[in-house]
Amino acid sequence: MDPERKKVVERVAVSTFPDEVLERVLVQLKSHKDRSSVSLVCHSWYDAERFSRTHVFIANCYSVTPEIVSRRFPNIRSVSLKGKPRFSDFNLVPPNWGANIRSWLVMFAAKYPFLEELRLKRMTVTDESLEFLALSFPNFKALSLFSCDGFSTDGLAAIATHCKNLAELDIQENDLNDKSGSWLSCFPENFSSLEVLNFANLSNDVNFEALERLVSRCKSLKVLKVNRNITLEQLPRLLIRAPLLTELGTGSFLQEHPACQYSELENAFNKCMNLNTLSGLSEVTALSLPALYPACANLTFMNLSCAALQSGEFAKLLVHCPCLRRLWVLDTVEDKGLEAVGSNCPLLEELRVFPTDPFDEDTFHGVTESGFIAVSYGCRRLSYVLYFCRQMTNAAVATIVQNCPDFTHFRLCIMNPWQPDYQTNEPMDEAFCAVVKSCTKLQRLAVSGLLTDLTFEYIGKYAKNLETLSVAFAGSSDWGMQCVLGGCPKLRKLEIRDCPFGNAALLSGLDKYESMRSLWMSDCKVTMNGCRVLAKEMPRLNVEVIKVDGSNESQADKVYVYRSVAGPRRDAPPFVLTL
Amino acid sequence: MLPDLPELDVSGGLNFKETELTLGLPGEIGRGTSSFIQITAGSSSAKLTGTKRGFSQAAMDLNLGRSFYVEHDGSCCEQSESENEDLSVAKPPAAKAQIVGWPPVRAFRRNVMTKSCNLVKVSMDGAPYLRKVDLEMYDSYQQLLSALEDMFSCPTIPYTYPTRNYLDEKKLMDPTSGVEYVPTYEDKDGDLMLVGDVPWKMFVESCKRLRLIKGSEAIGQLHAPRTPQPSAASCTST
Repeated sequence: MDPERKKVVERVAVSTFPDEVLERVLVQLKSHKDRSSVSLVCHSWYDAERFSRTHVFIANCYSVTPEIVSRRFPNIRSVSLKGKPRFSDFNLVPPNWGANIRSWLVMFAAKYPFLEELRLKRMTVTDESLEFLALSFPNFKALSLFSCDGFSTDGLAAIATHCKNLAELDIQENDLNDKSGSWLSCFPENFSSLEVLNFANLSNDVNFEALERLVSRCKSLKVLKVNRNITLEQLPRLLIRAPLLTELGTGSFLQEHPACQYSELENAFNKCMNLNTLSGLSEVTALSLPALYPACANLTFMNLSCAALQSGEFAKLLVHCPCLRRLWVLDTVEDKGLEAVGSNCPLLEELRVFPTDPFDEDTFHGVTESGFIAVSYGCRRLSYVLYFCRQMTNAAVATIVQNCPDFTHFRLCIMNPWQPDYQTNEPMDEAFCAVVKSCTKLQRLAVSGLLTDLTFEYIGKYAKNLETLSVAFAGSSDWGMQCVLGGCPKLRKLEIRDCPFGNAALLSGLDKYESMRSLWMSDCKVTMNGCRVLAKEMPRLNVEVIKVDGSNESQADKVYVYRSVAGPRRDAPPFVLTL
Repeated sequence: MLPDLPELDVSGGLNFKETELTLGLPGEIGRGTSSFIQITAGSSSAKLTGTKRGFSQAAMDLNLGRSFYVEHDGSCCEQSESENEDLSVAKPPAAKAQIVGWPPVRAFRRNVMTKSCNLVKVSMDGAPYLRKVDLEMYDSYQQLLSALEDMFSCPTIPYTYPTRNYLDEKKLMDPTSGVEYVPTYEDKDGDLMLVGDVPWKMFVESCKRLRLIKGSEAIGQLHAPRTPQPSAASCTST
């Protein structure tokens, strides 16, 4: 640093920012990106930041070791960890790949005995680990497991039994061994601290009376998402005991006894003054749905992705939900239902349309480009879309992004691979050209349909803010991937499957991968030799190949490349080759 | 008015492409991809531009043999149970190539619809595609017919409780052509029955498939209902 500058820094440091004051200020900073920037300013800011940080977010559990984390951040109370590559959600990563929480828990127990929160995504967690967690941290308050595997409801029982101060238990979409619902009965009779309880994806019955008592005792309960075994008859009994609820996930919405319970249900929903989020509604019928209307006035997020609504009743429901900002639906609502979205939800920012019958192509109509267009005309603030459909046109997408140029997340899944524009038979290149040209704020993009290298030329050229790109069954040659790696200055995650990209493409990103979080390529044309070259040239990258049984020796079936300061994995299973 | 179909022009005729005989793997075709099939003998649509590639052609290009097909001996344990059942029961092996992990839908979502829903196919004479309804969604014939009306965009003639003179009571009409459709269904024994003749719950249990038949053709095809006409007291009210 030149002498002039140094003087200025010293003056400022001494007179205005003693470390303690700086730390007090920095404590207010929550965003980990901001904190990273702060830590790079100078040594004293680095130190102040690291002492004041209470929450650490580790996006790739293999990018750093527990030791390094605990050395840098001595005062952590809350940890978020992500493990497996995202394509593991779609069975592309073999079981027992890794990302086990165990070694992290051992470090936490030693260095962070006051740990309060643990949020895990795509990690392997065993029952032993959950028990260890429950017994090691007396202040433990919040556990969130999303898309994890390796545990059973016995582990949840340990948490319920031992975590006396638990405020949040959020078990979402995990691949767990669901043995029984008895874990819920393990909460002690004097336990009352729960504020968030989500067991919507568990399939066994819990003891309803125990649940009722639990809800009664926990006066601060704000989020309650029950599983589908809780009946419509039981729901009002929970609702009246949880007046502060802001987020509700119902169980089954099937009405067994029409007349009598309807009024009880309506009354209960009338009292839900604070609901902003609604989900569940499995087995909902046209008859039971209207009971919800009183509770919909302030809803900002409605998740109907487990409710097979048809367009008629869906449209009637939407009339009561003018404040919706986020909406998840099944494609049973069809284009007509989406027209109703366009007409009734002007504040909508996020729309996700899931496929009901992804593998049954010939009979289910689902949604088409016209539904999407209708939404774009009515919901100009749309910024996040996930759309599964069976047909699309370039013109439709161009119209959509013209209406909604503020997309930050555009994930389009045309479900048949290599499907062209069904009207012109052209590739879908121009569609994604329109997306990246119009949506300058685009951070996340998933492409589909018949795509040539042209799509990737456009992406590389125009997608200046793109951070995450998902590609499947697309491209014509190495050039496509080279364009992306050569453009897209902010690219962090690139995941590719079944594309004709080979070693030349892989190696063209040599300079890029260290600035990215990770690269995934499966069933492309990359070979073991190509991977070896990459590993040799870039020692600070972990280059891992997952070998699939019976495949060609020289082919690199699945390649996972990520930057790491932890060095190569020491826990890799036999089918993961670290090069 | 029939719902807007991509290949239909305004006058409502069928597009030739839909019905053209072509070569290609059965069951792989999504909507609108008939021209996507690679070899159509003698047809001008067979002119392959550099970008159009057939399904198996592209598969060969990409050396996809491996990950592409789900193993049918059940060893592909990552697939959810419902998919394995589907494969072993319904479809002949290579005809429907199912790709691992595609579409990218998480496992728990695949199970959403397999639980307690009673999806039956609905076909309408003259419409080139099928629809599906979930019979569990409805409590009565009125609701079902109302939903069918929405789905096929035909107004129902007002519902009255079915009597012997059934052809007058329950029809759907296409206003543009004036053609009336009678809602019928196939029961467990494969017989064609008139919708509305049996109590609702019995109908839900026995209905395998719904067919909207053109009124003129309905008379000859229907079976007389085998169950005795229910009395007013025991009928399912709407």
